[in-house]
Amino acid sequence: MSRADVDLAKSGPPPPSLVARLRDNDLVASFLSSKTTAAAGLIALILIVAGLAAPLIAPTDPFNPAANFLMDSLTPPRFVAGGDPRFLLGTDDQGRDLWSAILYGLRISLMIGAFSVLLGGAIGVALGLIAGYAGGWIDSVVMRIADVQLTFPAILIALLLDGVAHALLQKSNREETAFLVLVVAIGLSFWVQYARTVRGSTLVEKNRDYVQAARLIGLSPARIVVRHILPNVMGPVLVIATINLAIAIITEATLSFLGVGLPATEPSLGTLIRIGQNYLFSGEWWIVAFPSLGLATLVLSVNLLGDWLRDALNPRLK
Amino acid sequence: MIAFVVRRVLASIGVMIAVGLIAFAMFRYVGDPINQMVGVETSVAERAQLREELGLNDPAIVQALRFLARAARFDFGVSYQFKQPVADLIGARMPATLELAFVASILSLAAGIPMGVYSALHRDSALSRLFQALSLIGISLPTFLTGILLITLFSVVLGWLPSFGRGDVVRLGPWWTTGFLTVSGLKSLVMPATTLALFQMTLIMRLVRAEMLEVLRADYIRFARARGLSESAIHFRHALKNTLVPVITIVGLQLGSIVAFSIITETVFAWPGMGQLFLQSIQNVDIPIMAAYLLFIAFMFVTINLVVDILYVSVDPRLRASLHGMHG
Repeated sequence: MSRADVDLAKSGPPPPSLVARLRDNDLVASFLSSKTTAAAGLIALILIVAGLAAPLIAPTDPFNPAANFLMDSLTPPRFVAGGDPRFLLGTDDQGRDLWSAILYGLRISLMIGAFSVLLGGAIGVALGLIAGYAGGWIDSVVMRIADVQLTFPAILIALLLDGVAHALLQKSNREETAFLVLVVAIGLSFWVQYARTVRGSTLVEKNRDYVQAARLIGLSPARIVVRHILPNVMGPVLVIATINLAIAIITEATLSFLGVGLPATEPSLGTLIRIGQNYLFSGEWWIVAFPSLGLATLVLSVNLLGDWLRDALNPRLK
Repeated sequence: MIAFVVRRVLASIGVMIAVGLIAFAMFRYVGDPINQMVGVETSVAERAQLREELGLNDPAIVQALRFLARAARFDFGVSYQFKQPVADLIGARMPATLELAFVASILSLAAGIPMGVYSALHRDSALSRLFQALSLIGISLPTFLTGILLITLFSVVLGWLPSFGRGDVVRLGPWWTTGFLTVSGLKSLVMPATTLALFQMTLIMRLVRAEMLEVLRADYIRFARARGLSESAIHFRHALKNTLVPVITIVGLQLGSIVAFSIITETVFAWPGMGQLFLQSIQNVDIPIMAAYLLFIAFMFVTINLVVDILYVSVDPRLRASLHGMHG
């Protein structure tokens, strides 16, 4: 919102109540008008809360090897013949309670997804703003790098960065750094989209009157970019971020499934599925089934939200 | 036109050199190549000698140029874990990956285009809604989950298809082994190819649908209707034809990512291809293989990009005209 709008709002009638504002808001209205979207939002919310609250609601701590029930490894879920009432979804090969492991896995998947989107977004938006506003050789260099990176699929970039990080880090502290390595690898594989989008909008915005005016009153370029241009180019960034959250979660799960992500001592959903795949043929189906179900539900609901946000924010589709 | 082609070729070579330098930096500075090559019992003097022989004491620029020159001749040195030339290792696994990628591309086109056309022509039919729902699931399901789902159904429950490997292969010449000629080879191909094709298929379907909807709104379609042409002539001879140009571009560009995504499919199905080799090299910090694979993929992407760009300009007269306008 520009400064003029704010002044108008101040001088007008008193602002409507929160409820009225929500009712009149296009975004909220379109959110509630679609049952699928509302359901997806609810499911995503439940999964996010479950992940965040994992330490509070999980019966056991899957990261603590002492809390594992080695004697009860590969116990089927509670509702199946041979199940144990202590383990709702059964146990894995190390006697971990699968329900707890999934809750913690959800937490890890969401955290890595969110952090890598934040990292990729921050780098991309910053570079896009600088490239678009400064122009010249800075612009060419950033956009050339973006072009080169864009020719490779993100998963491949993440794999390579992961491999290089493995080689650089000592074997002994690989497990402690796995989380950080994943965030950096996935984040760096995603910055290009943000940079290109933000650069494009910046090129348009920087010729607008309000930027010219800011320049005339002698504001520094940094202040113009951060305080004036940035708020006006953030719309599309939000959409990319939602879509990227789903992709980041898939990428993390894939890397962990391939065995280059999180170790078995600190399992994410992908790691659990990797473990479970070994037991597909011996009949212990629950180890692979429940984490897969959790992952698919998470990604699907986030994707539905992203689709809706993209359509809702796109004026051409209205 | 010639100036355009020359410029694109030069840009492609530039990209390849940049990727080559990244590969060199990985090879030279990530870990010590000497430590990876020799055992613990090798003396300091022997190490120093090996270092000198391999030219690791030369200035970095000399080493980088030498690395690039060798890479141009497909000489990537010796794998740390297998102690064999990297080019041989990759060459032996290339047929498996390329056959898989080829079948997956054909499959995704054969299913994706008709589904896209249908859902564009019959926007509100039940089948179109089903396709839309399927495509959302196709995008949301990670590749490895699709693979596991297929294995569960067709190998564990039904027992129809093998869950791993390539089956029996037939050797054709010194460089190629094929699974196309045996029953077990073809059976082994079904699930990996489907898994790999699913994501591309959803992409093609969504793209064809969107393009087709756009084209159907165009003036020449309205004009064709006014001329009294039959619906099928309008849909297939006018609309689909114009839809396919961008679709073919995207499909061409996606060929490279099919090969890259085969890393996942190959892991799920224990398919003995390049992707599996690359993944092993990451797990074992086998830098020569990582560097070679990176260069291979880059070469493929750059070549495809170049061919698509040039084809695009030579096919689309409007682009040609704008080039002339730009450069006189």
